[in-house]
Amino acid sequence: MAVRLLNASGCLDALAAPEVARSLDVFVTKTITPEPRPGNPPVRFAETEHGMLNSIGLQGPGLEPFVSEHLPRLAALELELWASIGGFSAEDFGSSCARLDGEDSVAVVELNLSCPNVEEAPETAAELVAAARAATRKPLYAKLSPAQWDIASSAKAVVEAGADGLSLVNTIRGLALDESLAPRLARAVGGYSGPALKPIALACVHACASAVDVPIVGMGGVTTGLDALELVAVGASAVALGTVLFHDPGAPARIREELTAEATRRGLRDPLGARGRSVAKSEKSLQIAQNGTA
Amino acid sequence: MRQARLTVRGNETVGPYALVRLGRAGLEAGTPGQFFMLEAPGRLLPRPFSLCLAPTGELGFLVDPIGPGTRAIASLEPGETIFVTGPLGRGYDLAVERPLLVGGGIGIAPLPYLSATLDNPPALLGFRSAHHAEAAALVPNAEVVLDPTLVTEALPDDPGDVLACGPEPMLDTLEALVPRAQLAREAPMACGYGACYGCVVERDGGYIRLCLEGPVLSARGGAH
Repeated sequence: MAVRLLNASGCLDALAAPEVARSLDVFVTKTITPEPRPGNPPVRFAETEHGMLNSIGLQGPGLEPFVSEHLPRLAALELELWASIGGFSAEDFGSSCARLDGEDSVAVVELNLSCPNVEEAPETAAELVAAARAATRKPLYAKLSPAQWDIASSAKAVVEAGADGLSLVNTIRGLALDESLAPRLARAVGGYSGPALKPIALACVHACASAVDVPIVGMGGVTTGLDALELVAVGASAVALGTVLFHDPGAPARIREELTAEATRRGLRDPLGARGRSVAKSEKSLQIAQNGTA
Repeated sequence: MRQARLTVRGNETVGPYALVRLGRAGLEAGTPGQFFMLEAPGRLLPRPFSLCLAPTGELGFLVDPIGPGTRAIASLEPGETIFVTGPLGRGYDLAVERPLLVGGGIGIAPLPYLSATLDNPPALLGFRSAHHAEAAALVPNAEVVLDPTLVTEALPDDPGDVLACGPEPMLDTLEALVPRAQLAREAPMACGYGACYGCVVERDGGYIRLCLEGPVLSARGGAH
């Protein structure tokens, strides 16, 4: 089995660029909220030294117009479709999942539990997942924030609450200033993505892959096939592309090719053969270290 | 959406600007007012530029080196290559009877190609200095005004079909004066093809993506 490539939610509009969506194995929608949202005022993004900040604010039509207007057009593209949903309470997640449960074109629901640009729900991630789980039989992927000290515990909690998989990671909150020392984004803070996020994503996937036994979509700063292979090596079974799509719409085909070449160079028959390699290795060295001190 | 790695054919100084000419390598020139995303060497994100000139086999872009990305593009040398995507967005509607091209500063960028396509109609250009106004040489048949005179003050009583590009205050004034004007707006863009939602402008009480619905927008009240 090959390593499947997805887009990170909010990093591609399949209706505006169907050829880019078709070059992926799965298209993940921009996060859909129950009610329409205008999004945040511009300036909405800023390039920084090693990445970029965005503050879009979940601009979108809301769930009902999404289902009635967007979903049929997305379904016509005949892609595997994952719906990313967001909300501001457990009730929001439950009602959105219930609404999508009967939509055959939606293969998986990804729960965005971690948008850095909107206010958070008062409930814990596990409570949101439990509400979603009670409302649908569709596979649920929980998308977690890297901004937590012990992401493995969150991973365990959301899996126990019914998540079938994890999407790791969302952007991490950041801020950039202009020459006059004023924030460059209208809302000051935004989600930090791009190459700088990769080591953070690797650490999160690594921690979660050791803690839970569910499929993980790894994402964060993937620019090359080697970046993707590294995420697989720490435990991801699929890889999502985000910021790279902004500067290289042809990235999926290129990364797929590079991924195979990098695996072959390491004597692997296919890239998925690298899965978990670095997790096993670090556990082994941990044992050696423990034995050594015993 | 087409992408290619293009080779720099030339880079000339035009007043404070750089006119960067690239070999086309199969990319179409598109409609005047459409734009391309140009890789900015050493930077993460590409930068949007409307097409300035479309001589045979080449795409020419007028670059104002105001930040790290535009400086990197403005200092490209012949033989270097950059990754280019385009043409993107919606250009000018060319079905006009009495075109008048109106431009301000670096906003004259799409007008040379627009002028060539429309058979050199009259143009009215404004610049902040004589040095900046050297770029007016790229637009045939142009009347030039310099700061403190504004192009909006030099506009004829019956301007005809205005096709404009320039700083926001200029476009806002034109929008009020000429209800049917076509205005090429500007916004920072991360992707240029509707993926990032970074380039929105306010329109009819909501935010629209300028890269998809623009960059040429009709004045409010007009039809596009």
